[in-house]
Amino acid sequence: MKRFVYINDEYQNDYCDNRISNTKYTLLNFLPKNLWEQFRRFMNQYFLLIACLQLWSLITPVNPASTWGPLIFIFAVSATKEAWDDYNRYISDKQVNEMEIWIVKNGARKHIQAQDIRVGNIVWIRENEEVPCDLVLIGTSEPQGICHVETAALDGEIDLKTRVIPSSCVGLDHEQLHKIKGVIECPNPDKDIRRFDANIRLFPPFIDNDICPLTINNTLLQSCYLRNTEWACGVAVYTGNETKLGMSRGVPEPKLTAMDAMIDKLTGAIFLFQIAVVVVLGSAGNIWKDTEARKQWYVKYDDDEPWYQILVIPLRFELLCSIMIPISIKVSLDFVKSLYAKFIEWDEEMYDHETDTPAHAANTAISEDLGQVEYILTDKTGTLTENKMIFRRCCIGGVFYGNESGDALRDVELLNAVANNSPHVIKFLTVMTLCNTVVPIKSPSGAILYKAQSQDEDALVNAASNLHMVLVSKNGSNAEIHFNRRVVQYDILDILEFTSDRKRMSIVVSDCQSGKIFLLSKGADEAIIPCAYSEQRIKTFVDAVDKYAQLGLRTLCLGWRELESDEYLEWSRSFKEANSALIDREWKVAEVCQKLEHSLEILGVSAIEDRLQAGVPETIEILRQSGINFWMLTGDKQSTAIQIALLCNLISSEPKGQLLHINGRTEDEVARSLERVLLTTRITTSEPKDLAFVVDGWALEIILSHYNEAFTELAVLSKTAICCRVTPSQKAQLVKLLKSCDYRTLAIGDGGNDVRMIQQADIGVGISGREGLQAARAADYSIGKFRFLKRLILVHGRYSYNRTAFLSQYSFYKSLLICFIQILFSFLSGIAGTSLFNSVSLMAYNVFYTSIPVLTAVLDKDLSEKTVMQNPEILLYCQAGRLLNPSTFAGWFGRSLYHAIVVFVITIHAYANEKSEMEELSMVALSGSILLQAFVVTLEMNSFTFVQLLAIWGNFVAFYVINFLISIIPSAGMYTIMFRLCRQPTYWVTLLLISGVGMGPILALKYFRYTYKPSAINILQKAERSGGPMYTLVNLESQLRSDVENTNISISTTPVKNKNSVYEPLLTESPIISTRRSLVSSSFDIFQPAQSRTTSSYPRNIKAN
Amino acid sequence: MSSQAAGSSSGGSGDGGAPRRNSRKPKYSKFTQQELPACKPILTPKWVISVFVLVGIIFVPIGVVSLMASKKVVEIVDRYDDACVPDNTTDKLAYIQNSTIPKTCTRTLKVPKDMKSPIFVYYQLDNFYQNHRRYVKSRSDKQLRDASKANDTSTCDPESTINGVAIVPCGLIAWSTFNDTYVLAHNSKNLTVDKKDISWKSDREHKFGSDVFPKNFQKGSLIGGKALDPNKSLSEQEDLIVWMRTAALPTFRKLYGRIHVNLTENDTITVTLENNYNTYSFGGKKKLVLSTSTWLGGKNDFLGLAYLSVGGLCFFLAFAFTLLYLIKPRNLGDNNYLSWNRSPAGR
Repeated sequence: MKRFVYINDEYQNDYCDNRISNTKYTLLNFLPKNLWEQFRRFMNQYFLLIACLQLWSLITPVNPASTWGPLIFIFAVSATKEAWDDYNRYISDKQVNEMEIWIVKNGARKHIQAQDIRVGNIVWIRENEEVPCDLVLIGTSEPQGICHVETAALDGEIDLKTRVIPSSCVGLDHEQLHKIKGVIECPNPDKDIRRFDANIRLFPPFIDNDICPLTINNTLLQSCYLRNTEWACGVAVYTGNETKLGMSRGVPEPKLTAMDAMIDKLTGAIFLFQIAVVVVLGSAGNIWKDTEARKQWYVKYDDDEPWYQILVIPLRFELLCSIMIPISIKVSLDFVKSLYAKFIEWDEEMYDHETDTPAHAANTAISEDLGQVEYILTDKTGTLTENKMIFRRCCIGGVFYGNESGDALRDVELLNAVANNSPHVIKFLTVMTLCNTVVPIKSPSGAILYKAQSQDEDALVNAASNLHMVLVSKNGSNAEIHFNRRVVQYDILDILEFTSDRKRMSIVVSDCQSGKIFLLSKGADEAIIPCAYSEQRIKTFVDAVDKYAQLGLRTLCLGWRELESDEYLEWSRSFKEANSALIDREWKVAEVCQKLEHSLEILGVSAIEDRLQAGVPETIEILRQSGINFWMLTGDKQSTAIQIALLCNLISSEPKGQLLHINGRTEDEVARSLERVLLTTRITTSEPKDLAFVVDGWALEIILSHYNEAFTELAVLSKTAICCRVTPSQKAQLVKLLKSCDYRTLAIGDGGNDVRMIQQADIGVGISGREGLQAARAADYSIGKFRFLKRLILVHGRYSYNRTAFLSQYSFYKSLLICFIQILFSFLSGIAGTSLFNSVSLMAYNVFYTSIPVLTAVLDKDLSEKTVMQNPEILLYCQAGRLLNPSTFAGWFGRSLYHAIVVFVITIHAYANEKSEMEELSMVALSGSILLQAFVVTLEMNSFTFVQLLAIWGNFVAFYVINFLISIIPSAGMYTIMFRLCRQPTYWVTLLLISGVGMGPILALKYFRYTYKPSAINILQKAERSGGPMYTLVNLESQLRSDVENTNISISTTPVKNKNSVYEPLLTESPIISTRRSLVSSSFDIFQPAQSRTTSSYPRNIKAN
Repeated sequence: MSSQAAGSSSGGSGDGGAPRRNSRKPKYSKFTQQELPACKPILTPKWVISVFVLVGIIFVPIGVVSLMASKKVVEIVDRYDDACVPDNTTDKLAYIQNSTIPKTCTRTLKVPKDMKSPIFVYYQLDNFYQNHRRYVKSRSDKQLRDASKANDTSTCDPESTINGVAIVPCGLIAWSTFNDTYVLAHNSKNLTVDKKDISWKSDREHKFGSDVFPKNFQKGSLIGGKALDPNKSLSEQEDLIVWMRTAALPTFRKLYGRIHVNLTENDTITVTLENNYNTYSFGGKKKLVLSTSTWLGGKNDFLGLAYLSVGGLCFFLAFAFTLLYLIKPRNLGDNNYLSWNRSPAGR
């Protein structure tokens, strides 16, 4: 499928105009579309059904307003939010659409609005203007035909990129640009911002009527900014929503947290329970009606009723019970969730001073999941490391530099070699300087700044300039180098670009003085060393690569070759051909490149250090302590990856830890290797060893396609894994694999290659780092530094989980409470479905009285942040879902049943005989329920700020104020009721009794469990709040470490207490403290035999809960 | 990331951290940092035991006082529904429905203890579901309040109209108003039962209109209960107003009147009653109740007993917890109880 764009053609084509529309609705379709979207949720359908049933006055127990009111309110809130968002999108679209743009029309320049640009128009852009649509560059102000663009809005990369005009357009002046005609053959719109496989052919009289290939380097994409260039002009090829940016815009699938799923499940269970109640009570009611009620003349049942009368009583009960599923829960959850997200964004401790980035929660709905993470899959470069590359060592022609000082730039020998013009070193430096895509920019002060797309290249060029080989300028095909006060000029003939498959890049240059043509290459060792000419001894280089990798350094091999001009010319032709291919261009180009990249003279190996970010080892240690398993997925080579893993506490060295390798080239080898590793893992799980496995991309590919099951088992057994040399899609596959085992996964990364994994994982975290914002943009959360992850999970994730657990269960509790009272009352009202409470009370109960106090649970903290950080193991309670699961829910269910019985029984006995007036009795029961729920919130909260106290008890006061107000309306059913009640001593005596009987057993039970069967949370609460010194594992260990450092004695840490804790089975399985590497390994060999159960039962335990 | 990212376009360079004028650092406040000062109570034995003791101390006296109040109430309950049907009647239902038979019946009550005025006269119905869904909704508050809304009978089914003419007051509740009457005599002297102000003042003034008169009432083929004097406005029909304050429970008492005379122990009271109301079809009981009242209302031992037992239970719990605390003391915040702290030494 191709698109032919005729440049500057008067004929109107039918491609869309450049109007950008990100809005979801129009004025007309807003209401139906929005309602349709809202009604796609089950909860909303349920509420609508209930509300509709209530319109049938025969069955409705209460005024329909008691359901319609909240329902309409909830819908209005959601709709307003949608409308507001959409309006904002509309405004920003409008701004873009009405931007004034110069285009060429009928040979003259004209001002039009950006939305009126058509495909084929020639658009002029001046410096610092935004590109309005996707353009093919045909002219710039620079004589070399280049311009610079900033693509931050597109891919988040903040460096300047060079764009060049196609060769056939070089040298056109203004006049010609106004009249230019031609055709561009390009693919249909797609979203790949790295590819543009097209051709341009200019019509006579322009140049040679030749087809000229176009690449992404010839384009200006929408939303980029033109920089450092006076003007540029281009032909619009994609417009409006068909631009590369427009096509890549998409609505990501909404993520559902484990907690939401659990709440949905519980809602379903309650729904079934409700149906059961309806069936039982409905048929009981019908039976009672046919036997007893017929005798009750005052009820006056007709003898012959229409058939549907049999449905009336069940439906009444359905409506009475409909409040079992609290209508307020969705609103409450949405509210608290957005507050959790705000807390993350507001958190000062997650603000990165260095880059001025606060944490950002793009997805506000999944904070609870953070507390339930079981696997973290992390990228290495830029995530664990700083991605700040520093040239540290090199090996040139077999000579190692920088080994003693650790810094080659200060190695006297190397400096001498440079001063003495050692040919090897000069060649090496030349490759370092030239073989890259760095753009030197002269600042006004005369200093040269390098704009590099890759940190490695930046490090190499900077290092070279420190060694007196300075890249001064690069103008189109001309590069100027100053070396030892000499000026050397090179013509850059071709660039053989880097791709992740080729793993190397090359550049063909010709020396302007000698006219000699050189091929300069650099790349991964396995991509360069095989290309060495056959006589070269490569062993030193292989050794060097190994040695550097063991030090955790990133290595690059550099090579070069002098080309015969014949050879080059011939090759150049095929290269050009390949480059203009429209199909499979990348593959064809790679093929052609291969033809040139051989018989290289390997010059040496460079080693670049990428330092660990601050706090990474500590963060990983704490998170591993908290029971989270870590997988490191990196594109780096195995030895480097292992080294980094050791440095950041991911794995331990022998004898403390054991690293198992899965390798092999063929299917058989890999299968055998996997089998062996799996066997070892099965055996060793019972031993106190920190087990990890390493697998590389090649083996992984085979495993994932053939041995999925065995690998899944291994993945479950092993807590740590290192996958090196993996591609972005493999990263995503691994995430998928873990997800399929029902684990909560968190993927963290910083670069474009992590985007797929981030999107695939349950939670994606992006580091807004040096590799642009691509990852951060795709992620649910973005943070400035890896070390913030521990706070994100242990503090925000944990609190969010705890709070939502309480809030959701409480919501059910209070709805069930009122519902059980209604059910109990039905036994005393002839099972006819009479509502004890009036409509106003029922509505207000759900909307005001009970939902406001519990919202302050967002301020509740069971443990202080410090305690959590000191005892990260406590996260297990969230991971395993201990605070919200069917059994905790059963507790709340039982509590609401108990409270309903207490309220009802006490009320009907205290208000018996002459006092049994309906309105009074119902208000007594309601007051009792409100009082109990206030007590329950008080008892279940762990910390009280003034906000909570105000909400809980202010709400109780508000209950009376509201009811007094209703009691002064003569037409209300409740007229004077509240005043009458408050004057009766019986009322207050009854309330006191209800609270005593309702809360006494609950307090006693809670106290008993708190003191005699405490959970770890309770113990830490007591420790924290009694103010004593806290001997936690962390500071114990640090104490120990200082001891061990001096004397290396083994200390038994804590007295043996072999009491059986309730939670023992799970807690002992939490992956214990990892390792202070070899230093304390002997004294911290603390895995216990229970380990054998660890991984096999651990997941099941969690799921069973 | 690959180490040989030469030319990889997924690179980024330069320092994005160029100093900006507007720092994006979040603004500090105690709320945003979740650092609001909070009190964090914990359930210490001391605290919990004292709460239970305190609750016991409060509850037991209240229980004693309530029970005493209840005991002070003198109550005469006389069930007459069976007794007032002649012994030879086989079909009680037919008896009560036959309006031609005179239903006067005489009962003699003995005063067990001195009763101080005012003495409340109640009728008590058992097994009567005034709270039945069909019954409780069958009324029109608008019609009762406002003379102009006489035709507002939509909620009154099945007792809304007769031959298309609205009934005032409509609905099952009004239609089935209790119609037994009692005439009390004390020492062969007539004992005046004051039937004034037996209903709620607010009802008389705001719920039942003084200009609304019964219309078309009890004219149907089936007579329910009491017939109303069409010349008295609804606000004066206090028996109706009392009846229409529906009871929430199937056993209830409604005020019939008050006696402003003190009665002494062993007095006999003769009640001459008209046994009109049909409870025989559904086996409901009818009782006449004479009762005094205290601050807590009528006779009701429940509150007193409940308070005493809860108070007692609290003392017991406090005692049990104290004992438990002394036998098995637990140190606060002993982290050694944490299983993961235990394990290192558990080798």
